[in-house]
Amino acid sequence: MKRSLILISAAFLSFYGCEKTLPSAPAEHDLLDGPISGLTPAENAQFLAGDEGFSEVFTIERGLGPVFVASNCASCHPGDGKGTPFVQFTRFGQGDTNGNQFLSQGGPQLQHKAIPGYQPETLPPGAPSANFIAPSVTGLGFLDAVDDSTFLAFEDPNDLDGDGISGRAHFIDLPEYVRVREGSVQRNGRYMGRFGKKAGAHDLLHQTAMAYNQDMGITSIFESIDPYSGLEEDPEVSTQTVNQVVFYLKTLKTPIQRNSNEVEIGKNIFNNIGCGSCHIPNLRTGSSPIAALNFKDFQPYTDLLLHDMGPELDDGYTEGYALSSEWRTPPLWGLGLSKDAQGGRYFLMHDGRAASIEEAILLHGGEGATSRSNYLGLSENNKEDLIKFLESL
Amino acid sequence: MKKSYLVCLSLLASFYAMAQEDSLGGMNMDAVYERPFLYNAYDRISVGGYLETHLEYKGEEGVNEGYSFDARRFTVFMSGQIAPRISFFSELEYEHGTEEIAIEFAAIDLQIHPALNIRGGVIMNPIGAFNQNHDGPKWLFVERPEMAVNLLPATFSNPGFGVFGKWRFGKTVLGYEAYLSNGFDGSIIDNEEGKTFLPAVKENPGRMGGSGNGALFTSGKISLKNPVFGELGFSHLGGVYNRFEGDGLVLDEKRRMDAIALDYSKSFEKTSTLLRAEFTRIFIDIAENYDESYGENQSGFYLDLEQVILNPELRAWPDAKVMVGLRFDYVDWNRDEFPFGQGEIGDELYAGSFALAFRPVSQTVLRLNYRRQLNVDLLNNPPTRGGAWFLGLSTYF
Ligand code: HEC
Ligand code: HEC
Repeated sequence: MKRSLILISAAFLSFYGCEKTLPSAPAEHDLLDGPISGLTPAENAQFLAGDEGFSEVFTIERGLGPVFVASNCASCHPGDGKGTPFVQFTRFGQGDTNGNQFLSQGGPQLQHKAIPGYQPETLPPGAPSANFIAPSVTGLGFLDAVDDSTFLAFEDPNDLDGDGISGRAHFIDLPEYVRVREGSVQRNGRYMGRFGKKAGAHDLLHQTAMAYNQDMGITSIFESIDPYSGLEEDPEVSTQTVNQVVFYLKTLKTPIQRNSNEVEIGKNIFNNIGCGSCHIPNLRTGSSPIAALNFKDFQPYTDLLLHDMGPELDDGYTEGYALSSEWRTPPLWGLGLSKDAQGGRYFLMHDGRAASIEEAILLHGGEGATSRSNYLGLSENNKEDLIKFLESL
Repeated sequence: MKKSYLVCLSLLASFYAMAQEDSLGGMNMDAVYERPFLYNAYDRISVGGYLETHLEYKGEEGVNEGYSFDARRFTVFMSGQIAPRISFFSELEYEHGTEEIAIEFAAIDLQIHPALNIRGGVIMNPIGAFNQNHDGPKWLFVERPEMAVNLLPATFSNPGFGVFGKWRFGKTVLGYEAYLSNGFDGSIIDNEEGKTFLPAVKENPGRMGGSGNGALFTSGKISLKNPVFGELGFSHLGGVYNRFEGDGLVLDEKRRMDAIALDYSKSFEKTSTLLRAEFTRIFIDIAENYDESYGENQSGFYLDLEQVILNPELRAWPDAKVMVGLRFDYVDWNRDEFPFGQGEIGDELYAGSFALAFRPVSQTVLRLNYRRQLNVDLLNNPPTRGGAWFLGLSTYF
């Protein structure tokens, strides 16, 4: 009897050693989300506050809608990763660089959902449009902290080097609330866009304020016009929350490559067949008030420039001054982890139309056509090596 | 006229005869009456209650929250016999200290006959079994079943009115309950969880003061109990949940929500085993153009097994028991299909728990629980793994 009581007491005491019995942490390189290492305690606190803002679900009382696409950032960017067609949205209304002709009919973004009692927007007949799935939001602080001059050096609008790849930065008109980065290059009163599939946002505040407004129907002091009524409304998200979310986006870590020493062959192929001309492997940040971002090397695999990708990816929709066939080179970091946010499969390219990495490569037309034919000329083994490398990112 | 009078009288007489039979109790619907310190106290005011506190250690994907004590519940019961066949019962609950204070139950019962009682006040809608039979000390697990707290709103109570009663047929007892009460509101599809979440209605204390939309909810339950096959209950709760009119102006269509539940319990005296299981299915009419993340179809169940493994016959507590328990939880908050033909939407939870418990007396339990769970998100991404330890004490007083 005594023995069993001792056993039972021991079982209750085992509570103290419980840490080992709970699920262990996945390896850091298998996780897309998390802060950059080396943040100060104050920065960690801001990161956590921003993380909360990023997953805050907006209710009707908190201002959701009346028309909207989703009720929180994280539903489209699950685990900070890519979205799927389930939470895609449609942009519409602009067929050339003369501006959006459908602004009075709900353009530029279709809010195809509505709170009960309201009617959502429908795509006006004849409006040019394109669907967009959410990109991952990791490592953006690094891309944000690079000097304009670095990206502009990759531009070759007239293809002077004759490699078939031109590439140009998208210079956009800025809303008043966007403060240009120090050292920004100006062209005709316009500044370089870095974020979004067509590089339509200058910085992370610009992107975030638009997301609150266009994706969730949430007004802020930055974007105060409600997409349903077209009227100016009281802010439905506090300025502090917006700033915290921006800080969070800035301080999300870059995805960590896995098996990097097993994919050397694929890496060389990537550079040799011209993928690396647009998906630039190495960049370096300029100066940043966040020490962890100050003059750091990183590997995003992008040049943030617009490229004409040919009829394959031309949906007929123009944004700002980016033509309908032009898309910004997306970073390839985190590519291999994207399935973990997309329900176990790939949805690649701007609208998720490619179901595998190979399909994505085969959709590269226009400036990407040469590298595509180089890819098609590879031996099966080399193709596999290349894909293995891309999956390690 | 005379004839119907006679029929009524004879019916009443036969009810009365049945009323003389004893031990109609022991069902889930009797749980409010049969609390240890209220029993046999019909002739005076009596007070009782229960207390639940625990220490927990939780983690998810390697991120552990550390140790935490929770004064989970302090519940006071008060009951009184106001006059013959008129009694009053109440349950006032303090959750997490004084963070949430709720009148879980406060009703007057007019006992016309065992087969016909009238109840009015703040009632507990009889959906499933847990809603009625939830006292902490009765369970070997610190956490309540997921289905009961995160799918159905556990201990959902509401001002309402209705009837209940019982009949006995040989060894079998048939019980029924039928109530009208205030109902849910739009928060079940418009809440901070970002999913259809019935328990969100509990956040609205306004429901105690009036119906949000002028439409009443109905809830009802039929249960059968027999010493051989156990107790089986079938229940329903439903009504129009949304605010469809304001000042006579149309705001939306009327939209219903309906929940049905099946509960079963059986104790095996020979082996000192207790089995409890509950299953629910929920249907919610959601505006067509609202977010598909909010499911129109939900389901869940739990299965609880308790086993006495030792009667240590201690001097102070001759009836002490050492017990083990197993529980399996499953909840699917969204059974709908993706609109793009990628199969069923995720948003599910699976959990398994183990309990080791010591009951010095039947009213008191010291329990150690270990739990593992998997949360599947909307898009069916690799599940988030969670785990927890609980060391809890719960007792009636
Ligand atoms: C309805 C789905 C949806 C919601 C909700 C949403 N996003 Fe996005 N997000 C997208 C899509 C689609 C894009 C690509 C948009 C574009 O090209 O302009 C995007 C782009 C971004 C980008 C640019 C990433 C890059 O690599 O250029 C950032 C940053 C971002 N979102 C942050 C947010 C934040 C912060 C919120 C919440 C305030 C949010 N998003 C809410 C779908 C969504
Ligand atoms: C001319 C510039 C250019 C070249 C060269 C190029 N890409 Fe791309 N790549 C792009 C652009 C722009 C997109 C985005 C297209 C879209 O969103 O529809 C893209 C998209 C991708 C994607 C999908 C990324 C995602 O997140 O959806 C992959 C994978 C990819 N490229 C790999 C390659 C590989 C491998 C090569 C070499 C064979 C290559 N790219 C060459 C510009 C280029």
